[in-house]
Amino acid sequence: MSVTSDAVWSEQGTTPDAIEAALRELLIQRHAENGNFVPARVLNMIAFVDREWTGEIANRLRGVGRYHASRLLVLAYEPGRERLDARVMIASEGEPQPGELALLRETVVVEIGDRHLDDLLTIADPLVVTDLPTLLWSPHGHHGIVDVLLEMSQAVLLDSVEEPLARAALDRACTLTERAYVVDLAWLRSTPWRERLAAAFDPASLRPELHAITAVTVRHHQASTAAALLLVGWLASRLDWQVGPLASDGDGDGDALAGSVRAGGKEVALRLQAAPELSVPGLEGVTLETASGLRLGLRRGTGGLRANWRDGQGVEREWTIPGASRGEAGVLGEGIRQALLRDPTYVPALMAARGMLP
Amino acid sequence: MAATATELENPLTAGLERQPVAPTTLVIFGATGDLARRKLLPALYNLAHDGALPERFHMVGISRKHKEHAEFRTECEEAIRRFSRRKPDEDVLAGLLANVKYVGGTFDDDAVYAQLSTLLDGCDEEAGEPLNRAFYLSTAPSFFPVIVGELGSSKLARHDRADVRVIIEKPFGTTLLQARELNRCVLAIFDEPQVFRIDHYLGKETVQNMLAFRFANGMFEPLWNRNYIDSVQITAAEELGIGSRADYYDSAGALRDLIQNHMLQLLCHVAMEPPVSFTAEEVRNEKVKVLQSIPQPTPADIPEMAVRAQYAAGHAGGEDVSGYLEEEGVPEGSITETYAALRLEVDNWRWAGVPFYLRTGKRLARKITEIAVTLKPVPHLAFSQGGSLGVQPNQLVLTLQPNEGVSLRLGAKIPGTRMIIRPVNMEFLYGTAFLSQSPEAYERLITDAMRGDATLFTRNDEVEAQWGICDPIVGTWSQTPGPRAGGIPKYPAGSQGPEEAGGLLREGDRWRAI
Repeated sequence: MSVTSDAVWSEQGTTPDAIEAALRELLIQRHAENGNFVPARVLNMIAFVDREWTGEIANRLRGVGRYHASRLLVLAYEPGRERLDARVMIASEGEPQPGELALLRETVVVEIGDRHLDDLLTIADPLVVTDLPTLLWSPHGHHGIVDVLLEMSQAVLLDSVEEPLARAALDRACTLTERAYVVDLAWLRSTPWRERLAAAFDPASLRPELHAITAVTVRHHQASTAAALLLVGWLASRLDWQVGPLASDGDGDGDALAGSVRAGGKEVALRLQAAPELSVPGLEGVTLETASGLRLGLRRGTGGLRANWRDGQGVEREWTIPGASRGEAGVLGEGIRQALLRDPTYVPALMAARGMLP
Repeated sequence: MAATATELENPLTAGLERQPVAPTTLVIFGATGDLARRKLLPALYNLAHDGALPERFHMVGISRKHKEHAEFRTECEEAIRRFSRRKPDEDVLAGLLANVKYVGGTFDDDAVYAQLSTLLDGCDEEAGEPLNRAFYLSTAPSFFPVIVGELGSSKLARHDRADVRVIIEKPFGTTLLQARELNRCVLAIFDEPQVFRIDHYLGKETVQNMLAFRFANGMFEPLWNRNYIDSVQITAAEELGIGSRADYYDSAGALRDLIQNHMLQLLCHVAMEPPVSFTAEEVRNEKVKVLQSIPQPTPADIPEMAVRAQYAAGHAGGEDVSGYLEEEGVPEGSITETYAALRLEVDNWRWAGVPFYLRTGKRLARKITEIAVTLKPVPHLAFSQGGSLGVQPNQLVLTLQPNEGVSLRLGAKIPGTRMIIRPVNMEFLYGTAFLSQSPEAYERLITDAMRGDATLFTRNDEVEAQWGICDPIVGTWSQTPGPRAGGIPKYPAGSQGPEEAGGLLREGDRWRAI
């Protein structure tokens, strides 16, 4: 999607009042230019970022295309900064065609320093659109700031695989779920895997096999243990497994967690294995085995997931399930969209995942 | 041992936006035709791109000309590259095409179905399980009974271990008699739950939004009846002419092309009672009740409740444009209507006495599809002494295209020292309030058909009820050349339509400007 026109305002040593007035004025100007320019009114997004990484974050957000929040407020933090500087941009997705609308999306970048942190709410609050849901994203940590800004947010965006330790990631996500709806990019990356596992066992004749699973193996990016735990946590929460801590398994094949959970009266063996060859965050493959000898394997492939199915008689089949990679920009865009939805299965999966931490 | 209730549920589907679609082989009859190339193949690609096709998916194309699978795959690829709403991902496209096969031959040739049967069995064998089968009839309507009959006689209409469905494109008959005959023919081979009659309008987000608008908002329902609503106007206007579709259009006309199906469906969405649940049967039951409440016109009624016309030369988009009779391919002296307007009554408790005005036409002033609901005027106007001549009844306008939205006309005081009122509009535009892009109607409809969800498809009694309303008009018009010498009334291209349409309106009513 090409951005074809922008209206820009900037001021050094400004105030939230002046920024808000500039937003209103720019909107009036754009509407006067062409009555078919209409401001989108869907979602506020607040991104709290380190100023030196503002460009990188801007690039990531540019990639989300039509999922861009209707008003994006970037709070760019620079230690030692004294002055409040701001830039407002109102961009359209294209020139309006006769009889059609062109949506306007607003971006406000406010540069702040330590002295502004104590009163951050009084800076951010006037700059979001009242009555729209607000999504908060702090990709560079700053948990204390997040806790403050949660007061004006209904959803918080995080990526559990960005925390160096899976325990810290899952603990943090658990804490946040008590105050806001959590959109976890690590969870969203697993959506195609969850869809395919659900579909594989959807035929009524195969559903009983879900209660006869004996082993689950997940291969994941080296830094994506949290993602693997969430996937297994999802299975555990959906299938009523009694989870317990897994153990580190040093078999010389890289990092792994292994152990078992109780499913009814039976044991399900679990193994979460790092896949050093995987260069992108998330999962590399999943294998489920059942007591009847059935085995379903899914792994990343070109043009979609590659499925491997072995039936109870030992006959194997392989095929590709078409689906284009969303890329990290697509995952982030999906995360923004999810702020407007509610997935009731994330929290139970998260709790189960946490219960399996070593 | 019978499966328990717990075993029958799939606990993994909870929370997923996309529900699983059972493994399917889709067979497209007329696979090299315009609809398949422009809509169906791009829709299949986009479903594949989004990972929304079934786990195992095969497509078989059937058309008259004999060709190799590879040649057909190349044609599919070209169509997808040309008409897809997004640039294809090469790997996904290759994966989709790898499961495409072709059968050449005429639709009445038993050998075609024998070959198809072998191919379908092969798909099942490759998958290691019987795949559901969906037969998509994207052919000229005259082939529908032929294909259905052949599917029956070749024993392809049923399968012991898989679901078999047939998807039938519009038009479903061109008269009530034909629609009944086609239903009889189809239902002699398939059961009604196996039959999916497409009206692609129902797959549009905008149409589905009407149900959300009515039944998810408490503020409108108390007003949604004859006590508060004065009239309803449904307009589907196009700026363009018939283009290269003279063959089809001249045999159909505006009434068959849009009113008999799409616009009556819109009327149903406006007038139906809230269904008990949003299941296919409940929604369709309520729509059928509306259609059955509309009196079938007699020949004597028709001049009073229906107007037709044809566009003459005029101006559109700043250009001189020719009239319908000058369009390429239109037979000399054709009396096919390019404009039709009806005044219908819905004779039930809720709507008795409220006129429903429907109009559609080619080469009108602009492209718009909208439903305007006019409320009754206030019983007493205290402001009239102040010169409030601009006071008009409230009007709620649901715009379906080009800019989907809702607009409410209210009276407001003009700023100043006197109490002078003028109408203002409070507008809501869907495009400003959602991040998602609407999927193409065919993507939704193909998925629903493969899932066996018939909510957005037309049931047999619905189709017949629609024809019951339009058939007498079609019949009367075909027998009468029109009130003016030389054929039917004319309207200049680019205009608001024929003057005669004003004659349908109740005193005090007027058509909204297009």
